Amino acid sequence: MNSMASVSSSPAQPPVPTVMGRSVEGAAKLTEKVSVRNLNFYYADNKALKAVNVPLYDRKVTAFIGPSGCGKSTLLRILNRIYDLYPNQRAEGEVLLDGHNILSPGQDLNLLRARIGMVFQKPTPFPMSIFENIAFGVRLFENLPRAEIETRVESALRRAAIWDEVKDKLQANGLSLSGGQQQRLCIARTVAVKPEVILLDEPCSALDPISTAKIEELIDELKDDYTIAIVTHNMQQAARVSDYTAFMYLGELVEYDNTSKMFTTPTDRRTQDYITGRFG
Amino acid sequence: MNLYARRRFRNHVILTLSVGATVVGLGWLVLILGALLYQGLSGLSLAVFTEMTPPPGADGGLLNPIIGSLMMTILAVAIGTPIGILAGTYMAEYGKYAKLTMVVRFINDILLSAPSIVVGLFIYEILVAPMGHFSGWAGAVALAVIVVPVVVRTTEDMLSLVPRELREAATALGMPRAHVIGYVSYRAARAGMITGVLLAIARISGETAPLLFTSLNNQFFSADLNAPISSLPVVIFQFALSPYADWQKLAWIGALIITFAVLALSITARALSATRTSK
Repeated sequence: MNSMASVSSSPAQPPVPTVMGRSVEGAAKLTEKVSVRNLNFYYADNKALKAVNVPLYDRKVTAFIGPSGCGKSTLLRILNRIYDLYPNQRAEGEVLLDGHNILSPGQDLNLLRARIGMVFQKPTPFPMSIFENIAFGVRLFENLPRAEIETRVESALRRAAIWDEVKDKLQANGLSLSGGQQQRLCIARTVAVKPEVILLDEPCSALDPISTAKIEELIDELKDDYTIAIVTHNMQQAARVSDYTAFMYLGELVEYDNTSKMFTTPTDRRTQDYITGRFG
Repeated sequence: MNLYARRRFRNHVILTLSVGATVVGLGWLVLILGALLYQGLSGLSLAVFTEMTPPPGADGGLLNPIIGSLMMTILAVAIGTPIGILAGTYMAEYGKYAKLTMVVRFINDILLSAPSIVVGLFIYEILVAPMGHFSGWAGAVALAVIVVPVVVRTTEDMLSLVPRELREAATALGMPRAHVIGYVSYRAARAGMITGVLLAIARISGETAPLLFTSLNNQFFSADLNAPISSLPVVIFQFALSPYADWQKLAWIGALIITFAVLALSITARALSATRTSK
């Protein structure tokens, strides 16, 4: 898809994309799929996010890095409003998905979550067969004949690079797979619902290096079709998989830029200290 | 004596006491099972399951109390399980942070440990007295009142063990809450919830006190729940206290049947929860 064409199709596109008062290199031609505007978040009385502004560009990978407790996972959990499950958690500000504020009270949460999928830190296959793990989500939104469901399951599993490992045991329990396979199953499950945005909350932190490498390859392929946000503790991983990187610290977005620029010439002292391993 | 030797000595003393306590505890169980088998097994025959309770001095069996117990137990579980599961589901899934849940949990714990004779008196007041006669319905309701708190407790506990991440993952797919509970939480907690129901059955199958005030007894065959109906615990109570040797024998046989039925249920419950943890 031509990125120039997608610019004109978005009404939410500001003339020159700026983040924190600066224009971001190479971003002028991109569409903001998700725009976080002046976002505050509270756990009861504890303010976890402070006036965060950040874009997620269409079909790009945005990485969120920062020390534990900086609010990066919290930010991700706002984007599909999973925080709504818990009382005493509330968000203020705006999160625009294609120009529409998803924090507005009238937002249908189930449809939102079908458009913005999420993969969690801990692999969470459902206690059912591998096939059902994926078919279940598909059937939630589409009434398809059996044969078509099977096609969707297969393509999702192929997409998540796990088809060859599970094709002979689709009826086995999802919990019988290894950790890395389980996580790829969870990615397949998310992809099968055909979301537009995929949120990855430390997807590799429970996995061994080989599984991690597979999932990173997968992210690289998925960004052709999806807008991806990934939270990671691993800075090398952020540098490897992302196009844009946001550094967060104590609930604030300290710096946001091109990944290559972030890791070579960051402007903020704190960013520099963090990526050089001086703290965090 | 140096420090190490003293520690070893203390260890031996405590270990001996612990083993002794275990032996005493298990000893009674073995004695009970042994007495049941010795007294009951010799009288166990097909007639026990095919003939009615006899008048003193005649031959007979335990067909009517077995049928009565089965009917009331099944009915009690049919009434109590849905109520218990729904309440437990509310507490674990919807009202996790609600004040109401804390209140319900507290009251449920009281109900769980309430003497069952109180339950019998309560049902006597609200069902037997207004109806004007003892009945199987009243007995089943009294047993259901005992089933509910057990099922509420296990359902809430088992659903609370379902990892938060699993619910979040299901929700993040766009699954409505009812689906998350029905297809994910229940599935993950299924073995534990079934165990809870089995334990509730085990609990009520030996209850005598609530039945004395509600279903009373019936020395003839009756499958009419609107009339007094016989049950194993009440028959055991009546026959064991009687001066007649053949009645006492039947009481032993009845006790044997109940005990082994409960034992079988408990073993099933254990096996089910074992398959859950091994995953």
